[in-house]
Amino acid sequence: MSNADVIASSETLARKLSADEIAEIEHEMTLYPDKQAVGLEALKIVQKHQGWVSDESLLAIARYLDIPVADLEGVATFFNLIYRQPVGKNVMLFCDSVSCWIMGCEGIKDDIKNKLAIDYGQTSEDGEFTLIPVPCLGDCDRAPVMMVGEELHRNLTPEKIDEIIQEVRNKK
Amino acid sequence: MTRGPKQLAAFEAADGYQSVKAIARGLSPADVMQLVKDSGLKGRGGAAFPTGLKWSFVPQGENSPAQKYFVANADEMEPGTFKDRLLMEGDPHLLIEGMIIGSFAIQASKAYIFLRGEYKVSERALKKAISEAYTKGYLGKNILGSGFDLDIIVHTSAGRYICGEETALLNALEGKRANPRAKPPFPQVSGLWGKPTIVNNVETICNLPGILTYGVDWYRGLTKGNDHGTKLYGVSGKVKTPGCWELPLGTPIRELLEDYAGGMRDGLQLKAFLPGGGSTDFMLPEHLDLPLDYDEIAKVGSRLATGTMIILDNETCPVGMIGNLMKFFAHESCGFCTPCRDGLPWVDGIFNEFENGRGNEKDLQILHEHVEYLGPGRTFCALAPGATAPLGSGLKHFADDFQQHIKDKRCPYRH
Repeated sequence: MSNADVIASSETLARKLSADEIAEIEHEMTLYPDKQAVGLEALKIVQKHQGWVSDESLLAIARYLDIPVADLEGVATFFNLIYRQPVGKNVMLFCDSVSCWIMGCEGIKDDIKNKLAIDYGQTSEDGEFTLIPVPCLGDCDRAPVMMVGEELHRNLTPEKIDEIIQEVRNKK
Repeated sequence: MTRGPKQLAAFEAADGYQSVKAIARGLSPADVMQLVKDSGLKGRGGAAFPTGLKWSFVPQGENSPAQKYFVANADEMEPGTFKDRLLMEGDPHLLIEGMIIGSFAIQASKAYIFLRGEYKVSERALKKAISEAYTKGYLGKNILGSGFDLDIIVHTSAGRYICGEETALLNALEGKRANPRAKPPFPQVSGLWGKPTIVNNVETICNLPGILTYGVDWYRGLTKGNDHGTKLYGVSGKVKTPGCWELPLGTPIRELLEDYAGGMRDGLQLKAFLPGGGSTDFMLPEHLDLPLDYDEIAKVGSRLATGTMIILDNETCPVGMIGNLMKFFAHESCGFCTPCRDGLPWVDGIFNEFENGRGNEKDLQILHEHVEYLGPGRTFCALAPGATAPLGSGLKHFADDFQQHIKDKRCPYRH
């Protein structure tokens, strides 16, 4: 494809950013001296609203900020908290680093795997949970730990895993 | 943290923002820089570089770039490290006051807090504190009538350990892939968007208000050792009361481990420990009477680094523990330079073989070679050399455990 073709196809494929997304991106643009720096912020904003970053969203952001799609994709795939595939409503960021490992996180991970029938990178059948490993969450004195959404859960036990799953399912 | 963050009024009542008032009364940037140099403060993020010296490399005067930047490195992600979180969640105004001091010293009118994305509680505490500081005139234009302007912006990142490397951090802040940059030029001369930039760790910055408010003599009097001031020390692993405490530098390791962390859990013995996060060399029980001081720890071939100890007990497999660290480093390699990108996954793969009872003498040889191939000077940044610290010292101290894995064709710690 020629460059003109790429631009033409991105016009048709790009999602329309919502008014809220645009307002938040515009706010970030006041905090940085150039548009490239806003790229990651825009990815996070869109992900907050859409749950993940689709190809259509990626194109929309690149067009809005006038930065190359390839550069933005390079950034999107570099950072592990940007999701380029759909995820469940609650992302479980499971710490598998050294202190949590010493404190038995592998057993807790097996427990989650059994209860939700998911491994790393997978989403439970009801679409509620996605399990992703994360580097040290910086709460090592209360290991093992994981985040579910924005909430940090400490001193994990199989009983606590039951409670966490139940709490989310009760909210449905 | 079970308590909420310290409120502005309580912070002010405890001498908070006194240093900003001293600046408004006429303290000059050169005065501030001299005080910090005299204090002997060293970077608390791991590298222990003298803070005042780092600042002094920023070009000043009429011919220097008008825009300079000050950045707080709040991308805490070193395995086993949990100290900056406590400061930001518990006392966000302390970080802001410290950032005003640092920014004033180098004459930066804009400062960023590079905060890891997972630290949601820190983000909320910092944003609220920053907004309060603007209201009281500690931030913004002409701070307390001093003629100095400063804006602080919270930048929340989106993961990746490499962002803690200061030049990778600058790329991330500019919206690029976070590969480290070549040095020179050093960030102090050409950093964020090509402008002079200082990147300091959160804990380092939180030392600044005390130095200015109570003076260099007070600060230098806090220590029990050769280095100055206090340090946040953490202990994690199978001790009775894991936690994080602010103690004088030079506090004996035994005091931290036994008096504060309560000693080992009943029935367990201390086998070894990493003194300052995942990128440090293993130390042994025979080192317990050493002081937690930068030079003293360096003398036995390790580093105080972040000061957060990870405890290995006698029932946890050392090979498994090192394997866990290698998996972390392999995963977190940015992929930019070949030894790190290809070497670490190879090392990680060999640890998987040991874990599954298939490790052999040849594998052990390859691990030993990688300690050299990935060591200081062989890679673009300090990530892979950091990985060789627990690897090299572990191969040395736990040679019997590696041999046992080969002989038994299984992990001997698994029951």
